[in-house]
Amino acid sequence: MSEKPQRTASAYSIRSIKRGIGRRKFGEIVVLLLFMLFFYGPLMYAFILAFANKYGPTDILPSEFGFKWWEYVLNRPNVPKAIFYSFLFAVVSTVASMVICIPAAYTLARYKFPGRKLVMFSFLLGNAFPKIGLYTSMGIIYYKLGLMGTFVGVLLVHMLGTMMQMIWLPAGSFRNVPRHLEEAARDAGAGPVRTFFSVTLPVAWPGIAVATMYAFIGSLGESVGTLMVGLPQYRTMMTEMYGVILDYPATAGAVFALIIVIPNLLLLLIMRKYISADTMANGFKMG
Amino acid sequence: MSETAKLDIINMTKLYDNGDGVRNIDLTVRKGELVTLLGPSGCGKTTILRTIGGFIELTDGDIQIDGKSIVALPPEKRPTSMVFQSYNLWPHMNVHDNLEFGLKLRKLPKEERERRIAEGLALVNMTGFEKKYPGQMSGGQQQRIAIARSLILQPQVLLLDEPFSALDAKIRMQMREELRKIQTDLNITVVFVTHDQEEAMMLSDRIVVMSKGHIEQIGSPREVYNHPATNFVAGFIGEMNFLEDKDTGRLTAVRPENVTVAHQGPGDITGTVRTVMMMGHYLEMTVDTDKGIVKAYLTAQQAEDFKKGDDVTLVFGKKYEYGKEK
Repeated sequence: MSEKPQRTASAYSIRSIKRGIGRRKFGEIVVLLLFMLFFYGPLMYAFILAFANKYGPTDILPSEFGFKWWEYVLNRPNVPKAIFYSFLFAVVSTVASMVICIPAAYTLARYKFPGRKLVMFSFLLGNAFPKIGLYTSMGIIYYKLGLMGTFVGVLLVHMLGTMMQMIWLPAGSFRNVPRHLEEAARDAGAGPVRTFFSVTLPVAWPGIAVATMYAFIGSLGESVGTLMVGLPQYRTMMTEMYGVILDYPATAGAVFALIIVIPNLLLLLIMRKYISADTMANGFKMG
Repeated sequence: MSETAKLDIINMTKLYDNGDGVRNIDLTVRKGELVTLLGPSGCGKTTILRTIGGFIELTDGDIQIDGKSIVALPPEKRPTSMVFQSYNLWPHMNVHDNLEFGLKLRKLPKEERERRIAEGLALVNMTGFEKKYPGQMSGGQQQRIAIARSLILQPQVLLLDEPFSALDAKIRMQMREELRKIQTDLNITVVFVTHDQEEAMMLSDRIVVMSKGHIEQIGSPREVYNHPATNFVAGFIGEMNFLEDKDTGRLTAVRPENVTVAHQGPGDITGTVRTVMMMGHYLEMTVDTDKGIVKAYLTAQQAEDFKKGDDVTLVFGKKYEYGKEK
């Protein structure tokens, strides 16, 4: 390599910095790879297992890929029904949550009534305690009301889990809708209801979309409460999972896991443009 | 009440829980007039404007348009239209839909809506912007569309709440001129709120100078400038020197352009030249006197005679006297 004439002190330091970053960057890349392996490893393994037709104990990767275990799982007696109920509860509980919580969120965002802060805090309570404790108390009330093993009973359990997100995130979103936008709509001739649907809701939509997504995913993942209240009449994929781990081979378990995980992944992909640090931060501000 | 009275504010009072607010406001705005509510922050001008618009309920009094009371009407039923300082346009709709929103609510047929939208855009020189979204436009452009949106609804009274305060100085001048032209061409009645006295002087047929919830003076720009009724108005409009008589507490006020500077001779007060500053087509001189610092405006030629440290006599032309400062 030809020697370049040493120009200035700054030229020296730039070269040494570059060399330093080279070493540091290498270390960073190694850490990143390890992290990704830790994070995605189980998921990748589940994918491999789920599509493994033949996977001998001495093989690193399956010798044959196929859908054998998918057929197996989907033909089990309870499974199609469990998949159906999982999604049914997710959809119904999310919609019902939206109908109840969004007007409440708007009221909490816009109207300063006495006790408002207390009400907002109360919606955190559902997530402040171990759920088992809550479900046990709910179970006692359910027995008294005859809600054990009913559709509504399980639905309520699912909705309880979504309350915090469906109140706080939309309330934060509504608070961030500039008042002038709503006033301008009233000024132009729109009544309060039309203003809400034409202006407030569309502008607040990102926060509400995130909350809805969390509610849906949360409901898909709801297991303990459904187990206590829904069996044996209502089985969801999550409650079936308990049995799967005990009774089925690992490959079938992997299929099951993917059936649960894939809707979540799809939702996250669809919603990724709405999820940002801002949306979350704004959602949990107390206005 | 004259036949041409468009808007009547009759003994209006609005009090907030903490005691702030406006009291006993009387104001009549004639058809085609542009009246400005002018004053510092907190003087109550926005309170009055928002009460006219229907966003605030008044505590007492009445507001009438064309002789009919409007205080019982919600904002969507009032014959007024408001342009806010910011966040006027709905960000999820393009310009065309922003303009169409109010027209659709009035159930106008599509042809009529399109015609008015095109007219509105032409009025504010924004033809061609129909498909643009507010986020793609500058502040000035957004305000133009906001004004057009209000105009095409053909309100009886147009309300503007410091619409240009958030814009650059240069755009502000341009927008003021455009607004004034549109307003006079269409003969619309306008109530304008601002804290900028230059803006008020430039735009208004009459100015309502306000302070701390009450009206100090109502008059044309010329009246308010040449005959300020109270020391507040004197100090708020234009430049003013205040000299306090320490014994009686009385204030003498004189504008810098009405101060003549001489090396000697009879005058109102003597002092020493402090600074002489070049301001462009005139120079500003400050003089130390025993009653405080006095500003005077001089032409370049006059200023040649004086330098810092000179002893001078000041002669006051038109001056004003006020009682003890409250």
